[in-house]
Amino acid sequence: MRKIVIDPITRLEGHGKIHLFIHDDGSLANCYFQVPELRGFEKFCVGRPVEEMCRITTRICGVCPDAHHMAAAKAADAVFGVTIPSAARKLRELVYNGFYAGDHTTHFYALGGPDFVCGPDAPPAERNILGVIAKVGLDAGKKVIAQRARGQRVIEIIGGKKVHPVTALPGGMSKRITKEEQQEMIKIGDDMVEFAKFTIQVLNDVVLANKAYVDMILSDAYTHKTYNMGLVDANNKINFYDGMVRVTGPDGAEHAKYEPKNYLDYVAEHVEPYSYLKYPFLKKVGWKGFVDGKDSGVYKATPLSRLNVSDGMTTPLAQEEYERFYETLTGDRMGKTPVHSTLATHWARVVELTFACEAVAQQARDEEITSDKIFEPPTGIIGEGVGIVEAPRGTLTHHYKTDAKGIITEANLIVGTTNNNAPISMSIKKAAEGLIKKGAPITDGMLNRIEMAFRAYDPCFGCATHSLPGAMPMEIFIHDAATGEIVDSVRRN
Amino acid sequence: MSFEPKIIGFLCNWCSYTGADLAGTARMKYPPNMTSIRVMCSGRVDPGFILDAFQKGADGVLICGCHPGDCHYVEGNYKCMRRIPLTKKIMKEMGIEPRRLRLEWVSASEGARFQQIVTEFTEQIRALGPLTLNEWAFAPTEAEAPHEQAAGRE
Amino acid sequence: MAKPKLAVYWAASCGGCDIAILDIEEKILAVADFFDPVFWPCVMDIKYDDVRKMEDKSITLTLFNGAIRSDENYEIAKLLREKSVVLCAFGSCASEGCIPGLANLYTRDSILDYVYKKSPSLENGSAVVPRPIVHVPEGVLNIPFLWNTVRTLPQVVDVDYIIPGCPPQSDQIAAVIEAVIDILKTGKPLPPKGTVLGATDKTCCDECPREKNVKKIKKFVRPFEIKSDPQICLLEQGIICLGPATRSGCGAKCVKAGVPCRGCYGLPVNVRDQGAKMASALASVIDSTDPVEVEAIIDTIADPVGTFYRFSLAASMLRRAQV
Repeated sequence: MRKIVIDPITRLEGHGKIHLFIHDDGSLANCYFQVPELRGFEKFCVGRPVEEMCRITTRICGVCPDAHHMAAAKAADAVFGVTIPSAARKLRELVYNGFYAGDHTTHFYALGGPDFVCGPDAPPAERNILGVIAKVGLDAGKKVIAQRARGQRVIEIIGGKKVHPVTALPGGMSKRITKEEQQEMIKIGDDMVEFAKFTIQVLNDVVLANKAYVDMILSDAYTHKTYNMGLVDANNKINFYDGMVRVTGPDGAEHAKYEPKNYLDYVAEHVEPYSYLKYPFLKKVGWKGFVDGKDSGVYKATPLSRLNVSDGMTTPLAQEEYERFYETLTGDRMGKTPVHSTLATHWARVVELTFACEAVAQQARDEEITSDKIFEPPTGIIGEGVGIVEAPRGTLTHHYKTDAKGIITEANLIVGTTNNNAPISMSIKKAAEGLIKKGAPITDGMLNRIEMAFRAYDPCFGCATHSLPGAMPMEIFIHDAATGEIVDSVRRN
Repeated sequence: MSFEPKIIGFLCNWCSYTGADLAGTARMKYPPNMTSIRVMCSGRVDPGFILDAFQKGADGVLICGCHPGDCHYVEGNYKCMRRIPLTKKIMKEMGIEPRRLRLEWVSASEGARFQQIVTEFTEQIRALGPLTLNEWAFAPTEAEAPHEQAAGRE
Repeated sequence: MAKPKLAVYWAASCGGCDIAILDIEEKILAVADFFDPVFWPCVMDIKYDDVRKMEDKSITLTLFNGAIRSDENYEIAKLLREKSVVLCAFGSCASEGCIPGLANLYTRDSILDYVYKKSPSLENGSAVVPRPIVHVPEGVLNIPFLWNTVRTLPQVVDVDYIIPGCPPQSDQIAAVIEAVIDILKTGKPLPPKGTVLGATDKTCCDECPREKNVKKIKKFVRPFEIKSDPQICLLEQGIICLGPATRSGCGAKCVKAGVPCRGCYGLPVNVRDQGAKMASALASVIDSTDPVEVEAIIDTIADPVGTFYRFSLAASMLRRAQV
């Protein structure tokens, strides 16, 4: 038995590793995905005032701090039993869509995108944002930087700070928007819509026009038929900020639709000893291991999942893309059949990006956002609350219990990527099984196709506008599993 | 060998230090465990000094100032009077017995009172035992997994 | 001439520092132009083994963010110290522990206990707790060993400079990088070791635009309890704001946005313990000379340690709670 350890995995969450165990005949024995970190937020938040959670939990992730900021604010609102003023709600939704418009951009162009745009077998030195630029032009790089800057600017205006926003409080928002700031955001929104159109064009020209890519997307190696989860509004349309949680089965039938406060009836978490990250699953179906299908409680919560559980988008261009997505991949424009191809998540992300950009343009024009009625101090306290939003990486749940003064006594957090822990593990293993064969040498392209299996999920850390090539020496040491001795190495350059 | 408490005393120049001098010139006996530090006013005592003393090995910290209303700088002792309870709250949350910190008003003529306070406080700290700040200093060995877990680590 | 090498690494962090670097927007192109990035796990496919093979002192500048709370964090901190000419503690986690440092109010085991045994969404009948060495049918798997006490980077290795902030604000990052490029180009001397870069030497109050008058507090209130006046100092309105005990350089963005400072830019000049300084400042503004009333006013402070030491617990004088 030999072992290959990919450590660290890259262009995503910085701390993760993959152990591949290989039989002596060259076939795959097993494959384990591990998360090697834990900071303990759920414990050290005990004793903290609930309103501070909005600014403490943002430090769970500096790429999607806005998601935690909103989930914490909603949970805190629920702890006090308040409904925030309408203008505050609009501000929160607007800033949240602005955040999505930047974040999905980062992932599509610099992270997962390169695999999709450049192709999985492109040389490593090209398989990054610079390769994307080579394919679509230097202009693209600057457009991406500009789009990210737009998203961050919306966050700065409404949220107060670009990384780790501060303005959400139980009861509303702390900062009022001026007319000038509104005008700035309207212009930003319009520019964002243009960028969304540009991105759709990139998708069409470089990806969808290439039959080999489309075949790859639809191939079995990257397909898992699991349940899907996402937030939907009253009409079952996608809403990142608020709604009910909807779960549909592998065949598309509704399994559950619940209010955030009832999440414990539907979701439970499994633990494995070799990874610090837990594995959520659907309680009513049960944990059956790392398998898909309708009898296994494994579910995905990704942009693809959100498209699958919803009946459409609330903005025109995004709705058009939604229909085109489903028509191309399932033949049914209405989206009744779910798509299970992991790599299609990249396209789903573009559909959501389009929606986010249109939403910013639309919502920035709402006169109410410059109102001064954005905050009402809560007067009573219930002492428990759940806040759920859709983080770009999946459904994010914050559940707090407090004492009579609103000091946290217990906190339970199920974070976006966590939902996908089991599917990620399964995707990696399935890709590895498909690639690592008896007698065949392990190549660089194979290793990347294994990594591609998880990159589509955009696990936690959506990275840079730049992925810099330089020398890309990734060296894999193959150890004898029993003695630890190095028996071989594969270098990719 | 029984435990000898290490105590740091911050004494204000105008009242308490003079009161301590009075105890001294009158040959009043009290335990030698306290090291006195003269400050111009009890209001000079920053909570950081107190935490610094504990971190450097003090088992108890005593602060003496002028009686309320008698401060040479008018309000300094009131500032001290507000800082100490807040510092005790911090100490408590950090797992240090709040009774290891004590604030007393001692005037220039209260030599006997000074003697009594120091004697009492020393015995209080003796009863509380030494203050140990576990894991304060970084020891590279804490970087290692416990032996049985480290064995077999690749 | 070979380009100077650059490394950016994250230990126990959230990624916000890396995003803040990217938020220098088009200036990142100049960085990529001037430096040769050799290790930046979030953007490049370089492994730990590649770093191990590098020559000592071959990396000109390393920006290290994240706190040290596992043996892996420590190992890479030591590795990068060996390989780097200049090692900066970048951001609040590396400089003073930041939010992960709050874990020092608890023990590692109590954290593991809650996360894997007590959390309400667990279905973990056999109470499996992840551990560093695991035997599986095919062989052995390992994950890092978590420490009981979170440490800052300067507590575990020799550090050249500190760049504070959670995250350091992008304009400050750009200024620091431009200064470094200038030094490397012109051969000007480096600042004295231990200098705090990317910040100024006053407190946040100096950058705050609100009106400041004499403060007399009869009662502290929490930020949601009142509709605060955006023109007047928050502390004056009874809302605890760490401005007086926090280094300037961030632009006072939080107070401008209507919420109190929570201290993320760290210790002001000549201050060794941020929480003690804040306690001192607050005590000065309490408006009472009656001990009983003073106690009652102090009781209105909701979470002294968690508020005064929100970002600096691991670097404070006591460093961790005795539990």
